[in-house]
Amino acid sequence: MSAHERGNGSGITLILGATSSIGKSLARRLAAEGRGLIVAGRDEPELRAIADDLKIRYQVPVRVLRYDATDFESHPAFFATCAAGEDGPLTGVVFCQGAMFDQAEAERDFALSRQMIDVNYTSAVSLLSLAAAHLARRGTGYLCALSSVAGDRGRQSNFLYGATKSALTTYLQGLRNRLARQGVAVITVKPGFVDTAMTWGLLKPGSPLVASPDQVARAIERAIRQQKDHVYAPWFWRWIMAIIKSIPEPIFKRMRL
Amino acid sequence: MRAVNQVLNGWGNYTPCQSRVFRPERIRELFELMRNGDQEPSWIGRGLGRSYGDSALNPQGGTVLFERLDRLIDFDPQTGMVTCEAGVTFEALIRIFLQRGWFLSVTPGTKYITVGGAITSDIHGKNHHVDGTVSQFVESFDLLTGTGEVLTCSRSENTDAFWATVGGMGLTGLILRGRFRLLPVESAYLHVDFQRARNLDEAFALFQEGDQAYRYSVAWVDCLASGASLGRSVLMRGNHAAVAELPPRWRQSPSTVPLRRQHSVPFNFPDFALNPLCVKLFNALYYARNRDQQKIVDLDAFFYPLDALRHWNRMYGKRGFIQYQALFPPKSSRSGMIALLEAISRSRMASFLAVLKVTGAAGDGLLSFPKPGHTLALDLPNTGSRLRALIQRLDQIVLDHDGRLYLAKDATMSREAFSRMYERLDEFRRVKARLDPANRFVSAQARRLGIVEEG
Ligand SMILES: Cc1cc2nc3c(=O)[nH]c(=O)nc-3n(C[C@H](O)[C@H](O)[C@H](O)COP(=O)(O)OP(=O)(O)OC[C@H]3O[C@@H](n4cnc5c(N)ncnc54)[C@H](O)[C@@H]3O)c2cc1C
Ligand SMILES: NC(=O)c1ccc[n+]([C@@H]2O[C@H](COP(=O)([O-])OP(=O)(O)OC[C@H]3O[C@@H](n4cnc5c(N)ncnc54)[C@H](OP(=O)(O)O)[C@@H]3O)[C@@H](O)[C@H]2O)c1
Repeated sequence: MSAHERGNGSGITLILGATSSIGKSLARRLAAEGRGLIVAGRDEPELRAIADDLKIRYQVPVRVLRYDATDFESHPAFFATCAAGEDGPLTGVVFCQGAMFDQAEAERDFALSRQMIDVNYTSAVSLLSLAAAHLARRGTGYLCALSSVAGDRGRQSNFLYGATKSALTTYLQGLRNRLARQGVAVITVKPGFVDTAMTWGLLKPGSPLVASPDQVARAIERAIRQQKDHVYAPWFWRWIMAIIKSIPEPIFKRMRL
Repeated sequence: MRAVNQVLNGWGNYTPCQSRVFRPERIRELFELMRNGDQEPSWIGRGLGRSYGDSALNPQGGTVLFERLDRLIDFDPQTGMVTCEAGVTFEALIRIFLQRGWFLSVTPGTKYITVGGAITSDIHGKNHHVDGTVSQFVESFDLLTGTGEVLTCSRSENTDAFWATVGGMGLTGLILRGRFRLLPVESAYLHVDFQRARNLDEAFALFQEGDQAYRYSVAWVDCLASGASLGRSVLMRGNHAAVAELPPRWRQSPSTVPLRRQHSVPFNFPDFALNPLCVKLFNALYYARNRDQQKIVDLDAFFYPLDALRHWNRMYGKRGFIQYQALFPPKSSRSGMIALLEAISRSRMASFLAVLKVTGAAGDGLLSFPKPGHTLALDLPNTGSRLRALIQRLDQIVLDHDGRLYLAKDATMSREAFSRMYERLDEFRRVKARLDPANRFVSAQARRLGIVEEG
């Protein structure tokens, strides 16, 4: 019995930004549970490599689809293709796409700020709204998106990125509220420091605060399975962020964080 | 791509080295990194860093991690032929394919190594006497050379690059992908005969009588025994078990290795933890416990006993240890082994593990280690000048007996010793000069051994 047959009935999950380090790990975790996948992104050869690997490892159906994150007009057609697969109904969508540029550079160059807003937020609204409509029509399924602890409080060192994430968090919160009675779960994941392509060279590898993509993927897979509303990944960031959020603004604004 | 400045080390923690580390997540990023040639003066590839010495270290340039280049590309369930990126680990291959009836054709004593590391070290396993090294099962690999070309190397294409890369310790370029055959097995178990030998001669005799009946053969040697007991050992020899041979309770899921709790050594042990008395006691107990017997043993217990203890290398403390692995040809292996064991026993330098094995025919890898004879591998903790003095004596013994040392373990050899041990070094240098004329691929080991002479 293949993993797919074991997981039968759980339907297909679409991963947006499937070439991200976290997305790749998550794809493995979901495929190991027997879910069929659509891996979507802009780097087609890479997506094919990811798909071949998943098919050999877990013997689940995996489809490759290309999309342009910031060509918003193209999204409805792209999403229709996603929803029209033959491997099973599309029941889950995970948004892993994200861009982060150096704060100082983005302060100097609005194009970089703009790109973060477009890739992390505008694109999410465009794609997830389509997904929400699809799932609401079916009356079941889940939406999951990777926000960030950086969205919990604006800090001088990273707020151009952080602001896109708090916008995303708020959007997801509202969407969850709207979809709750329609049987669709909306899951907000806030990773802390993760050892990925995005952070390579910025974080100290081996530090206990830095999680592996697989650790985060496991937390996401669990959150999806348990249909959680929002999770920090790893869990201890909840407490770190609780402290950071509790610092009064008059003090916080003078801190170097 | 950004670099991470980080101290890297070999598995023996003997040669810490400040490194500039790069970690491509896709082959395309690796190409970009290499094309952007001026970023680093030189490069070395690195798998899981399970080589004990300085072969995957490059303090004067960049280090390329392969851990994220870990995709399977193709698998043929009829033939067991796998194609994958070089960072795929043996652990993953077992996890994925054992349930489907396939195991590694050659495996070292840990499953935490990569396909790239296995090919470049041309690793051998407990089946070397019958199956040879891993390259016997490698059909081809793609090599990114110093000139920026990607060569598909096999026995019929780019043959000299194939045989220079196999055993060439990453000095011919970066292996991007490998294609190799797995071994069909019926179960995750082996039936193993344990047999005690009172001394070296008895061990040699037992090996000679029985080895051909076993795919896997190895002996554990008590390095502290001396005199008439010199070379006292326990032979462990076995074959893959068929399902019918398993006890009924395992026949239900014969291809699943029973789960064991993983333990981890959380930090470097203080220096006194491995004192000679502890080790002596351990070794004596081990010998006493292993009466002659037959047992059904699972793969993890037979091949990877040390993997049950993550970071076990930290037991040797912050100063680390070296692993010394020597090989003697048949004509001098008895005398060489005796001289080596006597020197070690006399030194009172503790070692838990000494592994003795008969090696079979040599392959064609220009710098591959195995050739017919006997090989002994043991750990020696870093005791500073005492260790260095001992190693000098051991190296001399190895040279005097026409032996050689294994590059995947080596951290201390001199260039003179190396060039006497590896008679095909000049051939290797000629192929390297063609594949990598500007010496873009260099390791700390290659500099120490003079394999690469930088201008
Ligand atoms: C507990 C233990 C038991 C062992 N038992 C055995 C044994 O029984 N038999 C045996 O033969 N060995 C044994 N070894 C040694 C081990 O198998 C080798 O050192 C192996 O090469 C380690 O693989 P790695 O992926 O960790 O490579 P690393 O240690 O990271 O690198 C080893 C070499 O391979 C090169 N390299 C790695 N990846 C690439 C790549 N993609 N392209 C080009 N070059 C690359 C590096 O430059 C370096 O020269 C053992 C090691 C341990 C820790
Ligand atoms: N790493 C962390 O510490 C961390 C912490 C908190 C939250 N997160 C969030 O987790 C998610 C995954 O992060 P990661 O670290 O795994 O990131 P990553 O490896 O850098 O991946 C980023 C992903 O976003 C895509 N992307 C970026 N810019 C794009 C653009 N202009 N158009 C289309 N696609 C674009 C990338 O596609 P290509 O592969 O084609 O470039 C890739 O799939 C992101 O949303 C990130 O913000 C990460």
